[in-house]
Amino acid sequence: MIEVEQLTKYYGPIRGIEDLSFRIDRGDVVGLLGPNGSGKTTTMRILTCFFPPTRGRALVYGYDVVKNPLQVRQHIGYLPERVPLYPDMDIREYLRFAASAKRVDPAKRTAQIDEVMAVCGIVDMANRLIGALSKGYRQRVCLAQALLNKPEILILDEPTIGLDPRQVSDFRSLIKNLGRDRTIILCTHILPEVSETCNRVVIIHKGRLIALDTPQNLQEKIQMYGQIYIQYYGNNPRLEGLMAGVPGVVTVEAAEATFSGAGAFNIQVQKDETILRELSALVHTEGGPILEMKKLNLTLEDVFLELVTKEEAK
Amino acid sequence: MGTWHIFRREVQSYFQSFIAYVIISAFLLLAGYFFYTDLIMYIMWTLKKVDFEKIWELYFNDIRYMMTIIMPLITMRLFAEEKKLGTIELLWTYPLRDWELFAGKYLSALLMLVIMLGLTLTYPAVTSLLFQIDLRPLFAGYLGLFLMGSAFIICGVTISILTENQIVAALGTYLVLLLFWFLTWNEAVANPDMINILLNFSLFDRLYNFTRGAIDLKDVVFFINFHLVFAVLALLALSARKWRGIQ
Repeated sequence: MIEVEQLTKYYGPIRGIEDLSFRIDRGDVVGLLGPNGSGKTTTMRILTCFFPPTRGRALVYGYDVVKNPLQVRQHIGYLPERVPLYPDMDIREYLRFAASAKRVDPAKRTAQIDEVMAVCGIVDMANRLIGALSKGYRQRVCLAQALLNKPEILILDEPTIGLDPRQVSDFRSLIKNLGRDRTIILCTHILPEVSETCNRVVIIHKGRLIALDTPQNLQEKIQMYGQIYIQYYGNNPRLEGLMAGVPGVVTVEAAEATFSGAGAFNIQVQKDETILRELSALVHTEGGPILEMKKLNLTLEDVFLELVTKEEAK
Repeated sequence: MGTWHIFRREVQSYFQSFIAYVIISAFLLLAGYFFYTDLIMYIMWTLKKVDFEKIWELYFNDIRYMMTIIMPLITMRLFAEEKKLGTIELLWTYPLRDWELFAGKYLSALLMLVIMLGLTLTYPAVTSLLFQIDLRPLFAGYLGLFLMGSAFIICGVTISILTENQIVAALGTYLVLLLFWFLTWNEAVANPDMINILLNFSLFDRLYNFTRGAIDLKDVVFFINFHLVFAVLALLALSARKWRGIQ
């Protein structure tokens, strides 16, 4: 659906992205992650034919973004981060303009406008002036605009920024629904959003691709170490050193205890079930009765930070 | 097709935001006043016989000044506003070509010009009820005004691409138009040969023949060239994003 090969964009001497290559298949909901200024927007702007790349090739729905920009644009829907709209138009009027500019068949225009308004939940607001809408509704109108002409590919830039928590969850389920029969690129900072909605993750940093996989695989790959949290009743200053001496333990650090009179540790261990038995026995004999012991799962956030810091260290 | 959709939205926007009504009324008010004073003044001067060709000459020159003031106010928003709102980013990802975008906006401002000039036709129409009027100089004059106004527009739309501030767009247009006006004001310092060369580029002096009822092909060609130059500049400015890249 989207094929990117060694895509490079320079703004004068400044690097936007460099040698980016990836493939996105039909029906994928892809999270495009990266710190500020990592090249996410640059990538999206190339895919939407806003500007051409300096080098490399990008095929969207089989069309080259440089050679056939008009065909590419017919197959994408774009929701820019700024949510740009004309404040002096009402919603229906605006969507009518967008539909005609996006070359929706005139005979199907009204039906399609009604449909996208229903999908985005703005039917009741059809005659409201856009300038008077709240941020949440503006976001929906802009999404409705992106959905016109039934694009096979949706590119959404920070779609949930500035929404209240309920709107955010509504919006996410909307994205999930839309993802059933479309390819979606979701560019965001909010990692739980990606874990919740995306089945693939692309991470870029300083213009380069550093990871491309499913969120689960990424988490597993990073998780060469498991993390264990132990809380026990007692206070033995020697325990930390003892635990660090157990083979298979990577690091031990004091953690916050939630019970009074208790001590707690975060322990990074190599993946090995037997360590759990050894550690619990050690804490029990040297420290005191164990109050809590759990395995901590890495969040996508940890994965992201890990990858980005590793990349920076290079 | 793309041109038509952009054109329609712009016209809608002119009339919904009342810009159209305000500007057209102001223009008609001033044009009416000038026509009245030109007529009265001329009748007082000549006392007996009314020479309409002279009146048209005065009147067309007055309209020319008003167009200089008003046309940049009409064109300033066309691209600057889209840039300010960010909506240009969406338009650039729609299946529209840059020239369609430009043409749609240019034509919407042109429609405003046609409405403005069209409504002033009532003055000669009313006058013709009282006097015998030769229509040919009138036609030439209006053609000249239309060509000159459209030149102001293409200049204004092009400058509007360069900024996201409407005031800057309007002032920039005034600056360029004034430059074309002052071009031949420097008789004192430049030698006659120089003036003659500069005269070829003068936008404002181009109306001279038209106001006297003569349509010179050279003048028409000048306006066409003027359009071509600015259209090329506009398309270059629009495609600047492709090599400059804007963040």
